Amino acid sequence: MSVLPEIAGDNAIAVAIHEHLPTAIVDAVKAVDGLVFYIDPGQIVPVCQFLKDGAGFEQLMGITGVDWWPRAPRFEVIYLLRSYKHNQRLRLAVRLPEGQEIDSVCPVWRGANWYERETFDLFGVVFRNHPNLERIMMPADWEGHPLRKDYPVHGHKYSYRDE
Amino acid sequence: MKEGYTRVASLDADHELAVADPSGLEYPKPSTARRMTLNMGPQHPSTHGVLRVVLELDGETILEARPEIGFLHTGIEKECEAKKYQQVVPLTDRVDYLSNLNNNQCYALAVEALLDLEIPAFAQWQRVMLCELQRLSSHLVWLGTHALDMGAMSVYFYCFREREEILKIFETYSGQRMMTSYIRPGGLALEPPRGWHRAISAVIERLARGIDEYQNLLMQNPIWCNRTQGVGGLDLDLMIELGVTGPMLRAAGLKTDARKDSPYGAYPHFDFEIPTRTGNDVFARFEVRMDEMRQSVRIVRQALEGMPSGAWQADAPHILLPDREKMKTQMESLIYHFKIVTEGYRVPAGSVYAVVESPRGELGYYVVSDGTAHPHRVFMRTPSFGNLQSLGAMLEGVLIADSIATMGSMDFILGDVDR
Repeated sequence: MSVLPEIAGDNAIAVAIHEHLPTAIVDAVKAVDGLVFYIDPGQIVPVCQFLKDGAGFEQLMGITGVDWWPRAPRFEVIYLLRSYKHNQRLRLAVRLPEGQEIDSVCPVWRGANWYERETFDLFGVVFRNHPNLERIMMPADWEGHPLRKDYPVHGHKYSYRDE
Repeated sequence: MKEGYTRVASLDADHELAVADPSGLEYPKPSTARRMTLNMGPQHPSTHGVLRVVLELDGETILEARPEIGFLHTGIEKECEAKKYQQVVPLTDRVDYLSNLNNNQCYALAVEALLDLEIPAFAQWQRVMLCELQRLSSHLVWLGTHALDMGAMSVYFYCFREREEILKIFETYSGQRMMTSYIRPGGLALEPPRGWHRAISAVIERLARGIDEYQNLLMQNPIWCNRTQGVGGLDLDLMIELGVTGPMLRAAGLKTDARKDSPYGAYPHFDFEIPTRTGNDVFARFEVRMDEMRQSVRIVRQALEGMPSGAWQADAPHILLPDREKMKTQMESLIYHFKIVTEGYRVPAGSVYAVVESPRGELGYYVVSDGTAHPHRVFMRTPSFGNLQSLGAMLEGVLIADSIATMGSMDFILGDVDR
């Protein structure tokens, strides 16, 4: 039986997740506005399903990524949740090495659709079982993922200096 | 007129070849077996920006609507990572270009939370007052353009006349009508101009009378009522699941507002209500926004009455640019100025998600700092993006004419959607 990270020990949501899915929370970090739980990539869908049905987090406010290149694991996928019933907010994060896929949470919240497409488009994180994982911000034939840290701000395909 | 119709018919005939096999769609095939794909946008007056909506039609009924976005994607989030913290502020103006101050405020809150800065009461109250004026001006644009889409032209002129008065106030404050960049991490950009109190009270008193007038102008118009009542509804639970926030949820009966749910700045000192309706249609959203304007007037009046005195910036010389006069006379100020402009200021490593209530719904800035003078990641959780995601569900099975009313009631800004 795995143990809950120490700083999450007296957090009611963390304890509830831990009781339901004992190996789901792999780490917890104290941010300025509360605790952030790091979830095992393989268990993100059951955790989200539990938070929606069991803890009242009705709304997914957004999904986004953070690129920590050249550090490994490279990506973090961030889930911003909101509960109207309990007037609470929660941030989940998943550490993801480059090339590893993660399950889509579209079956839990339909609204995840566009946010996952955006994260795929801008970071190249692939969401399994997504109904329509296409680019959303960039043109369909775009090469590269602009919000990656190794993608230059001015774009990499055209050099304006040569013109 | 007739020529126009024949043109559409021929386009229809051409297009039927391309969409002859609409497999993989759940709804039953229309009996007439005549489906037409119609592109609404990317340049269409009622989308208020470059939004493309692909409509699958059976006659005038929309079977499926697919909003396609990204035409206005400018990579603002990427650009933020290349800027120093103080240089990001002008970029936040350009995200939602009708509620710049709310965006400034949200970014400032995020950075201030990371820096653990305390903002003086005067600056906090000024921020609240300006953000409410911004909400009024944004709602005035929404009301004018929404009414214009539905054929009520005079409201548009009244609204833009009043909005101009508010923009003049912003100009006296910041030197800019729209891209104000006035709320910055640490306080305000400049000292409020002389005579701000009188100027704002004159505008707000005029506006207080105007709001009732414009509401009557529309509510006594039977065309307006018929075109908005019972149109554009969507189940509340589905709206929440799709990520909708703001006036659309309040028009469906959910009492939620970030100013009350997670109070920020000086809002706990103000007495105001969250207007709600249960109609859950375009008309209810109209009523909610009109009531919100009344509440904003109420907040601005309270701010005018109870404005505390004090400094307009925090006491943080390493973060805020010094006064010009001091910079030219004092060595320390000159050093600070040089350091801030050349190196920026370092923000302790960490992450924060700051939330404000923008005129369109919940606006959140997720800022990650790695301890340097550049933000590692700035994610803008914009209300229009979440709201627009529900458009497809909202337009299923309605008439084309109603889609105009529905889109108008959502009040999305494409800059806010695409970033």
